[in-house]
Amino acid sequence: MDVVNQLQRQFIDNSASLHREGFLDDQFTQLQKLQDENSPDFVVEVASLFFEDCEKLINNMSRALEQQQGVDFKQVDASVHQLKGSSSSIGAVRVKNICVAFRSFCEAQNREGCLRCLQQVTHEYSLLKNKLQTLFRLEKQILAAGGSIPGVE
Amino acid sequence: MTVERIVSETKDPFPVGMRVLAVDDDPTCLLLLETLLRRCQYHVTTTSQAITALKMLRENKNMFDLVISDVHMPDMDGFKLLELVGLEMDLPVIMLSANGDTKLVMKGITHGACDYLLKPVRIEELKNIWQHVVRRKKFDRKDRNNSDSKDKPHADSGEAAGIGKADNNVKINKKRKDQNEDEDEDLDENGHDNDDPSAQKKPRVVWSVELHRKFVAAVNQLGIEKAVPKKILELMNVEKLTRENVASHLQALILTFSALSYYDPKVIRMLTVIFCFQKFRLYLKRISCVANQQANMAAAVGTADSSYLRMGSLNGLGNFHAFAGTDQLHNAAFRSFPPSGVLGRLNTPAGLGIRGLPSPGTIQLGHAQNSGHSSNDQSKLQSLVPGNHNTNILQGMPMSLELDQLQNNKGVTHIGELPTANSTAVFPVSGSLIDSRIAGFSNNSLGVTSNSLMLEGSSQQATLHASNLRDGVSSIGFQNVNTLSDFASIDPLSSQLRDSKADLQGQAAPINCNAGPMIRSVPQEWNAPYQSHLMSCSVNSSIPVNGAMVQLDQCLDRNNSIFHRTMDSDSIGPLNFVDPLSIEHSEGLNSAAMKPPVIEKEGYLMYQPRPHGNHIPDNIGSLEDLASAMMKQDRDKGNPTNGNFGHNSYSHRTCI
Repeated sequence: MDVVNQLQRQFIDNSASLHREGFLDDQFTQLQKLQDENSPDFVVEVASLFFEDCEKLINNMSRALEQQQGVDFKQVDASVHQLKGSSSSIGAVRVKNICVAFRSFCEAQNREGCLRCLQQVTHEYSLLKNKLQTLFRLEKQILAAGGSIPGVE
Repeated sequence: MTVERIVSETKDPFPVGMRVLAVDDDPTCLLLLETLLRRCQYHVTTTSQAITALKMLRENKNMFDLVISDVHMPDMDGFKLLELVGLEMDLPVIMLSANGDTKLVMKGITHGACDYLLKPVRIEELKNIWQHVVRRKKFDRKDRNNSDSKDKPHADSGEAAGIGKADNNVKINKKRKDQNEDEDEDLDENGHDNDDPSAQKKPRVVWSVELHRKFVAAVNQLGIEKAVPKKILELMNVEKLTRENVASHLQALILTFSALSYYDPKVIRMLTVIFCFQKFRLYLKRISCVANQQANMAAAVGTADSSYLRMGSLNGLGNFHAFAGTDQLHNAAFRSFPPSGVLGRLNTPAGLGIRGLPSPGTIQLGHAQNSGHSSNDQSKLQSLVPGNHNTNILQGMPMSLELDQLQNNKGVTHIGELPTANSTAVFPVSGSLIDSRIAGFSNNSLGVTSNSLMLEGSSQQATLHASNLRDGVSSIGFQNVNTLSDFASIDPLSSQLRDSKADLQGQAAPINCNAGPMIRSVPQEWNAPYQSHLMSCSVNSSIPVNGAMVQLDQCLDRNNSIFHRTMDSDSIGPLNFVDPLSIEHSEGLNSAAMKPPVIEKEGYLMYQPRPHGNHIPDNIGSLEDLASAMMKQDRDKGNPTNGNFGHNSYSHRTCI
């Protein structure tokens, strides 16, 4: 019981901080609401997909920006666009915001700017990933301990 | 009443269970979308590839009610998918994107999206998407009925007027009857419950731009080899359109293309475009050997498929990809045709089944018959298809066979060139087209459709000038074609033709440039809107006719400057097809050739060129202009009897 409560409290704190610090927004809450007995791991699934996607896109962009003979900004832009889409779908606000700036740099064909954004994106993504993974772990633990996830009906 | 409503609701759970196809290459978004849709109680199918989505949609038209697609996808542009789905399946498509730029949204709407949602999608928005399905079902049907009914009467009167000649009347009537019967059947088959009174009429089909676009998309999808009327009809999925309608349209195009492709892909394309109108059928009809047409029509239609197939394989033409969109047309079409591509083809002694085309058609040219231009004679068209000699145009078969040989034996590379791009359908070289004279097309006239005619794109502006056809190769002279400057000059054509003469030795049937007369006049009624569609047509059309070209080539070789002369003299109306046959028989033909296509000739001249001497005014900005210009020209030149096309000579000709 105590363990569960503790875990639950931790969960709430983590969740709150994620929202407060702008890592996640309401969209994530919507995702959580979508989770039900039919799709009990929905949030985890979506988040996993997002992480995979993110890594892939970051790699693509990185490779494209490293091209010495000429950066294909169109390609970079396409990746950024996709990242923007998926981050907004999951509610990863900070990542999304960086994407917005990133796109402008792509349009301006500003390699430096793009590289900077890429760095930021990578950083934000890592942070978010860690925090979400912690959250999911807590979830699992709570459920394993027989408790229920707070905030989820 | 409430009770009734409830009852009806329980019977039809819609929108619950609405079948949605979701397409998005982003797995995160796709999963989210799927979950949201499921939450709305829709039946969801997902795919991350647009190509897969299309495949699924094509496999079973009735599998889905609605498509939601992302805009940015790696394998296919979302807008393209949108277009194709709209054309082929006529399903509502909702676009999805993380980018909410007004421009993009506008693009989505103009491409036919019924809604444009921004990511991240909210469930509330998805809860309402079923409205699009209902709206489409209800209103599209009504619109179609209305437009059909509106168009058809018009078409009918047009056709009736055009038919004119007694013998044609018979055919026309028969055609109408057939068509009516077909339409009846069609309705029944589809189980349409048309409460719309206009639906009861059996009007002729008016090949509107929209309809033609669908046709083109369908042909494109099927590919040349498979673009048979039945399948095209299925893909088009247009109410009250019958297989006969599609078949005749296809035949008409084939004819045009066959003849046109002989000269220059661009020209052909342009002509195709032009001829994709309802009106051009009249030309085709006139060109064809009317006498035998009627009888053969059915056969022709029936065999069309095989011919198509044959042609397709011969040319290895791809499909009408080019048709897909006007944009594509521009790019693909033009690029694909090397300027001298046509010429190359000409070199192959195609046993172009030009035989198919009835020389009688050409004969018709000789006869100064003033047939109403406007007549849409579908029946004529039909008759056009089958060659005089009881062969259908479709009996491009022989052509195809020969083409094969040609390709193999002669190693004619040109043929290969043909359609790189286009691949459009296999248009059996319709003798009639080939028979038609292709007089110089003034550029202007061509310019009419310039915008649409991708001709612009081609670098090799082929201006087919009569002069080029030293060897009597008929050429389509384009003068001052603003946009049509793309038309490759005939010069290369003629030279090639010369060279290929040897190749053509084997060729038998002279190619009647029947198409020429057809093309001569562009119906005034043609509207600008058709242009774009035409483009697509033309692109595709030019392809197949290797065979045709070959024969034409031969004919051209023999003939000579007659047409050439004709071309030179401005008399050549916008689209004067040189009739090789006539050239062959020269003398008489000379004069004939000289003359701009006699519009008045039965069946050939349908359009009134502008009264601009023999030239099409420089500023023809639309097909209508072209049409009128051509017609005028014809009128002016008018030399009914003589023939502008050496009618006499036609008699011997075999129709292609």
